[in-house]
Amino acid sequence: MALAFDEYGRPFIILKEQDQKTRLRGIEAQKANIAAGKAVARILRTSIGPKGMDKILQSPDGDVTITNDGATILEQMDVDNQIAKLMVELSRSQDYEIGDGTTGVVVMAGALLEQAERLLERGIHPIRIAEGYEMASRIAVEHLEHISQKFDFGTTNIEPLVQTCMTTLSSKIVNRCKRHLAEISVKAVLSVADLERKDVNLDMIKVEGKVGGKLEDTELIYGITVDKDMSHPQMPKQIEDAKIAILTCPFEPPKPKTKHKVEIDTVEKFQTLRLQEQKYFDDMVQKCKDVGATLVICQWGFDDEANHLLMHRNLPAVRWVGGVELELIAIATGGRIVPRFQELTPEKLGRAGVVREKSFGTTKDKMLYIEHCANSRAVTIFIRGGNKMMIEETKRSIHDALCVARNLIRNNSIVYGGGSAEISCSIAVEAAADKYPGVEQYAIRAFADALDSVPMALAENSGLQPIETLSAVKSQQIKENNPHYGIDCNDVGTNDMRQQDVFETLIGKQQQILLATQVVKMILKIDDVISPSDY
Amino acid sequence: MAIEKIFKDDASEEKGERARMASFVGAIAITDLVKTTLGPKGMDKILQSTGRGHGITVTNDGATILKSLHIDNPAAKVLIDISKVQDDEVGDGTTSVVVLAGELLREAEKLVAAKIHPMTIISGYRMAAECARNALLQRVVDNKENAEKFKSDLMKIAMTTLSSKILSQDKQHFAQLTVDAVMRLKGSTNLEAIQIIKKPGGSLKDSFLDEGFILDKKIGLGQPKRIENAKILVANTAMDTDKVKIYGARVRVDSMSKVAEIEGAEKEKMREKVQKIIAHGINCFVNRQLIYNFPEELFADAGILAIEHADFDGIERLALVTGGEIASTFDNPESVKLGHCKLIEEIMIGEDKLIHFSGVEMGQACTIVLRGASHHVLDEAERSLHDALCVLSQTVNDTRVLLGGGWPEMVMAKEVDELARKTPGKKSHAIEAFSRALVAIPTIISDNAGLDSADLVAQLRAAHHEGCNAGIDVITGSVGDMAELGISESFKVKQAVLLSATEAAEMILRVDEIITCAPRQREDRM
Repeated sequence: MALAFDEYGRPFIILKEQDQKTRLRGIEAQKANIAAGKAVARILRTSIGPKGMDKILQSPDGDVTITNDGATILEQMDVDNQIAKLMVELSRSQDYEIGDGTTGVVVMAGALLEQAERLLERGIHPIRIAEGYEMASRIAVEHLEHISQKFDFGTTNIEPLVQTCMTTLSSKIVNRCKRHLAEISVKAVLSVADLERKDVNLDMIKVEGKVGGKLEDTELIYGITVDKDMSHPQMPKQIEDAKIAILTCPFEPPKPKTKHKVEIDTVEKFQTLRLQEQKYFDDMVQKCKDVGATLVICQWGFDDEANHLLMHRNLPAVRWVGGVELELIAIATGGRIVPRFQELTPEKLGRAGVVREKSFGTTKDKMLYIEHCANSRAVTIFIRGGNKMMIEETKRSIHDALCVARNLIRNNSIVYGGGSAEISCSIAVEAAADKYPGVEQYAIRAFADALDSVPMALAENSGLQPIETLSAVKSQQIKENNPHYGIDCNDVGTNDMRQQDVFETLIGKQQQILLATQVVKMILKIDDVISPSDY
Repeated sequence: MAIEKIFKDDASEEKGERARMASFVGAIAITDLVKTTLGPKGMDKILQSTGRGHGITVTNDGATILKSLHIDNPAAKVLIDISKVQDDEVGDGTTSVVVLAGELLREAEKLVAAKIHPMTIISGYRMAAECARNALLQRVVDNKENAEKFKSDLMKIAMTTLSSKILSQDKQHFAQLTVDAVMRLKGSTNLEAIQIIKKPGGSLKDSFLDEGFILDKKIGLGQPKRIENAKILVANTAMDTDKVKIYGARVRVDSMSKVAEIEGAEKEKMREKVQKIIAHGINCFVNRQLIYNFPEELFADAGILAIEHADFDGIERLALVTGGEIASTFDNPESVKLGHCKLIEEIMIGEDKLIHFSGVEMGQACTIVLRGASHHVLDEAERSLHDALCVLSQTVNDTRVLLGGGWPEMVMAKEVDELARKTPGKKSHAIEAFSRALVAIPTIISDNAGLDSADLVAQLRAAHHEGCNAGIDVITGSVGDMAELGISESFKVKQAVLLSATEAAEMILRVDEIITCAPRQREDRM
């Protein structure tokens, strides 16, 4: 490619390795970008809604993931196209920010791009389209605020939260026992939530899974589970009122960081060294014992001798506990992580009501439960399921549900789901369009059409006639001036989402519209793509 | 202007019908592969590994077969995974779960071809699975209260499980073995406590259960070969020259005499250690690690039987049976718990000498010695025993029992069929399909036995209409009363089969797109 030519048509060399690059510019570039964005959206379009389908993703190493979660699909898709990567980013930022609606945001962006393509063909400048979209998104977000409702919940009345989580879970494979899982998620979030500050630290909720059993056996544990067992097979399997010493130093002779040598040149030295060593082990165990610990949790390994001494002094111990788990244990039990034996004091010990070892299945699979902790704020959701992929998918679904519950605690406004919010916004945007003079009016109208695509996809996936259903619902909304009508995906018989108890969070929806608009704006503004050509 | 490529090179994408076809085909192929091993007359497979020596495994165990396959089809991987989980969770039914899932998919394929949406099929399957489970729940027999009856239940289950394996000739014998072994565990599911020792030679019938404990080790030279009222110290400690563990320590000497001195000190240290061990008042010392010649000699001098290099599981089991603790330091002999047993002696099985601990204190562990013509036979026998032990130990925990021989499937099929008739809408097709998939299992069992499956299953269905205990009697090739024939299965296994198969089928059905990433380039490709 070349950027400029002299009068004889010979190219000037301006870029490095100029002949190995390709360039796409102007309307061509925009169209190519739009096509790529649409292609990504098309993949996700079938995953949306309670009747959405799953995708199988096979990783480079041959591992199989089966999922319905937009962010996960895009993450693992091994995308090469730059614009497609933007869409992946889009879904990821929705995931980080909100946690749910990762599919919806991509479908929305795809629809906006599709509409933009038509406007481009009419010769409208991309920047004008982008500005029109921006205005329209503002109208839509305001309108959402307008139709949103606040609801009250408390520690005793968790029903609204459960209902919202159920809406999220209903599009996943786990919808068989969505009620159960939704309750678990809500309880988990409530137990770690700080209702005063309206803040939830999701790191305090640990999601663990183990294959086997059935989905219904999934449980919420008020405490921590660790996939470890006691270091010595004969240590007690259950400890009541445990005082836990949390150590990050190994039960091994010290290894000073500076390089050193101990030279042994006489028999006496040899013997003193030996005695020292024995004393060292003894001291370590004694120190733990002295402060009154009844359980030692250590990040590192133990020497055989130390292990036996611990066992001998009746001090159960767990070794090789990971750093993250160690921190969680410390938070849950209210203990401090102690890096040196000298610094052990009784105040630094954590406390837990029961610590027990539980075995699973026919293999020697054991897990350690630490329950009734001093600070019951850390909880664990323990998932069981028929196979590995099922557990992974359940983990992702629970993550979504947890995020939704957290968002509700932050901001308890909701909008109704089933596409009703999008339809209502579409009507509002459409009506507002006429007030804007200029080319933007077209873009705003296009935005309204794009909003329709989410309910349209919902209807399509549910096996309904998309256009017929959508127009019926739309006219019903306008006629009765009621923004709660949506698509009846589950064939319940009514399309009033208030009766069906299908809610979504307000911030989730707002974020979807804003993020999708932003990305589309960015894509529209690109008019030149320079890439190394593949040879 | 063509749509630009979105994926990386070599990544492929399959959509809609094609994706669904690919997963159906993969799953059904796997099902057909293991189908022939189902039931008492099921056939075995030879698996040849690609590793060095091309080792051969002959087996009938679904999980083992599937584990050894290298599969590229994602749907097939799901099936392999459920089989693996079934193995870990309940131990048996690894073939049934795959066959049921495969049959469910086969039926689903027909429905999809008839333009029924996969989601409708899934919701039908779910209703059917729930209904089937309830049907089973209503018909279970629970003999928890009656120990005598429960034991006979266990016997029946063991015989049923074993009858499809290589051990079927001596199933009475082995059923007795496994039931005895499991009863000794007293409700624990830790099958590690049951040791299986394989010794080629003799016939399968010569296998026996030993109440004590057998350690596959030799007794050190010059040490007593027989000890009565043994006091055993079980240890995990280094019995070579004890290393100085303080980091960075090293010996530096400047003359030969110094070397000798240090060596002497080392020896002295070892002698001290041995003295301390002897001070425990023991006459048998079992160590997990090696015992070098010098300490061994010292032990021999003291008349103590020293056994070195017992593997880790062996140590744990030994500690479990003798009631001793595993020791690593020896400074306070009075507080270390020693293990006890009545008699330690060397015994011969075939050509090998083994150490036998009998009259142990805690009877929780035991040893099953398997004899058989070849390694392959023994390996397969071990797998079969493992299955039976797993099932039994799970049954001890969940004492509900069902009849076998295709009876549960027919009961479920009947209930599900009735549900289908009551259900309006397209779902009822899916529910009906579920019942057909259930019936496929007795069909396959009788096909494998070379019987006229169409006739038998029809008879069975008719018999079940009345509600009886009829199942397939493969031996006589007719419909028989399962209660009389004493064919039972554990409820827990059947339930796990039903639920995981449905779950897996559901998972595969929900898929409408397969995206395969480019395989990772191997660096060391030759």
